[in-house]
Amino acid sequence: MLSRVASSIYWMARYVERSENLARFVEVAYNVSLDHTTAEQWEPLVRATGDEKYFLDKYADYTSENVRQFLTFDPEYASSMLSCLTAARENARTVREAISSESWETLNDFYLFLQQASKRDLSYANSDLYMEIKRRCHLFSGVFDSTMSRDKGWYFANIGRFLERADKTSRILDVKYFTLLPNVSDIGTTVDDLLWSSVLRSVSGFEMFRKSYHTLTIERILDFLVLDTRFPRAITYCVQTAAGSLSKVGGPADSADNVALQLAETLLQKLSSATNHSIIDGGFHEFIDSLQTDLNVLGAAIGETYFAKRAQKTSPLQTQSS
Amino acid sequence: MKTLSFNNYETEEFFDELITEAGESRDGAERLVQRINSLSDEELMARQREIEAALLRMGITFTVYGDNAGTEKIFPFDLIPRIVMASDWQHIEAGLKQRIATLNKFLNDIYHDQEIVKEGILPREMLDKAKSFRPQCVGLNPPGGVWCHITGTDLVRHSDGAIYVLEDNLRCPSGVSYVLQNRLVMKRSFPNAFADSRVRPVVNYPNQLLETMLSVAPQGVEEPTVVVLTPGIYNSAYYEHSFLAQQMGVELVQGDDLVVQDDRVYMFTTDGLAQVDVIYRRIDDDFMDPQSFRKDSMLGVPGLMQAYRKGNVTLCNAPGTGVADDKVIYAYVPEMIRYYLGEEPILPNVPTYVCQREEDRKYVLAHLDELVVKAANEAGGYGMLIGPHSTKAQQQEFAELIKADPRNYIAQPTLALSRVPTIVGDHFEGRHVDLRPYILCGKSIWVLPGGLTRVALKKGSLVVNSSQGGGSKDTWVIAGHHVEVADPEGSL
Repeated sequence: MLSRVASSIYWMARYVERSENLARFVEVAYNVSLDHTTAEQWEPLVRATGDEKYFLDKYADYTSENVRQFLTFDPEYASSMLSCLTAARENARTVREAISSESWETLNDFYLFLQQASKRDLSYANSDLYMEIKRRCHLFSGVFDSTMSRDKGWYFANIGRFLERADKTSRILDVKYFTLLPNVSDIGTTVDDLLWSSVLRSVSGFEMFRKSYHTLTIERILDFLVLDTRFPRAITYCVQTAAGSLSKVGGPADSADNVALQLAETLLQKLSSATNHSIIDGGFHEFIDSLQTDLNVLGAAIGETYFAKRAQKTSPLQTQSS
Repeated sequence: MKTLSFNNYETEEFFDELITEAGESRDGAERLVQRINSLSDEELMARQREIEAALLRMGITFTVYGDNAGTEKIFPFDLIPRIVMASDWQHIEAGLKQRIATLNKFLNDIYHDQEIVKEGILPREMLDKAKSFRPQCVGLNPPGGVWCHITGTDLVRHSDGAIYVLEDNLRCPSGVSYVLQNRLVMKRSFPNAFADSRVRPVVNYPNQLLETMLSVAPQGVEEPTVVVLTPGIYNSAYYEHSFLAQQMGVELVQGDDLVVQDDRVYMFTTDGLAQVDVIYRRIDDDFMDPQSFRKDSMLGVPGLMQAYRKGNVTLCNAPGTGVADDKVIYAYVPEMIRYYLGEEPILPNVPTYVCQREEDRKYVLAHLDELVVKAANEAGGYGMLIGPHSTKAQQQEFAELIKADPRNYIAQPTLALSRVPTIVGDHFEGRHVDLRPYILCGKSIWVLPGGLTRVALKKGSLVVNSSQGGGSKDTWVIAGHHVEVADPEGSL
């Protein structure tokens, strides 16, 4: 597969996943804000993006309208849902010969839909819209999964999708952990059901959590969202899946030289040896910080290993022709 | 009341491809006309809208230059197809095969011994001043002796009912993807009329294209790797490039995906470098290789021509084929057919005045108000004067241009192009059309049964180019009684 094509498919999947996660976060915040009319639900969301400065310069207040406009339709903000989807669609357009027509059409239709929606007034940016965005993201993933051969293209998409998801779950946890945990001494006690359950809902994990873990405690939430190997939005599950796909795409050199694969395996090792206590004792924020660094380094190594265009160092043909 | 009907349709003084002067359906169009007459206006309009929505959703668009960078539009589509009768098609197909066989001989000749010039059939000055003649190609021997593998030849029908060749497109003719996709969406709208009308399928074009390219791979390559080379997503025909690559199951590459090492072409893949054997290049000669052509090209592949010269890669079409696109060279094609094949041309050229010839020039300058004047090397409807629709000032301007550089201009009588009924508001009106069939030439010559029917959507307009506000229609070639119509599209 062409390096450029692999890169575009990887980013296409990452951007779709990014817009889906954003839609989840905003929808949950929106629902909570309907129950509690405080601005506090909105500020953490902006903080989770890491782009507070841009937001404050352009919008000033953390009102529901401002944050929804910022995260949903702001065409100048590179990580709004609309911008992510535009980027996903543009990546898909450059590789539409390499993906199934059904995948392309689903994504193109999604993009046209969101373009239209962005031209209406902001009252349309409500639960219905976010559910529709989620639904269309699922539709895209489903269509992609059921129409693509399990060849390099599919694996690169999978890597992009799961690295993005691991990153987003870690970010939302990082922000919520400190805003929702009034006191470190609360660890080990049953926590504020309503707010923590909203965190779980933002990753569609509430029902799955309840099934396996029952009452809400911080330890159990960490077990579920960080260390679980079965829940598809748990960080360990995501890294495991991405590493599995990475091992399938082969590579330019033998696996001993494959830095990307080595990094993925090291990260997986680190996660599987962690426990909720070791995470809390070592500092949750520090843990997440280093995890995000690891994910970034892994992403860069994938780019370097597979997407960079390099001439062969020594061509076997050189000796023949000259 | 139903207004989208043929009952009150006027052909006026033009040849109509669907309806005779007497208001009858032409041969092969009967079922279609009946079907359209039987549908309510609302239903027809709904089908028209559904097709437009489908084209947009499928992203079947072209990029508009000069507009906001990257604006995509669908190529306007009209629901009413153009019919080509079986007997007409037989004639067209034979004529196109004869023409492309001739043009390939011509290209091979002028890049080698130039016998046609020595014999005085083509005056030397006509060739010497052909801008798209490529000295870099002199002496080249493309694999299989084929220079031009893919041609789109523009045909028109005059009010005399005869079909003429308007121009040859031997560089990067585009539009075939619309032919295939128009058919796909039309079949959803008129499934019954299709089956009953015995329409010949077009779906196997990508397969034929791939076979053609495989057949001209460099010698000794067992499983040739074919790629499509595109200038990228901002090119107006990008959709087509990706569509053809996808339908053939080959890589779509950009210039910077390729590298030449040791006179061989490779592409950058996730596994390292992989050799490329055949390139369907949708990029002009000028931009293909900055080492041989334009130095400032960012789109091309340095060293590509050298790899080609060494016979390590096949380029489709070969560089240098554009010389046969030159409208002055075009004027000599009937002579070429007689010279190379010893046959009479089956399809006539539109009568053409070559301004370089003194007598022709005098006539042209005296009749600018009734002729169409064209620059020898322009395309897309640019650099044209349409005499009857022009002002005195425009005629004066072209008179000066012709006098300053006569070799660069030809003129043709204004043809009364045939028309096809087209939805205009709430009724049908005739609109002028041309037809671009696609011809593939590898080990053998194959003509796609059909082609792109372009329609001038503006009332009275004769300009059908997409860049000038033209649209398209599906083209139904009706199978003769001896032609197999077993429809491979039925499986889609």
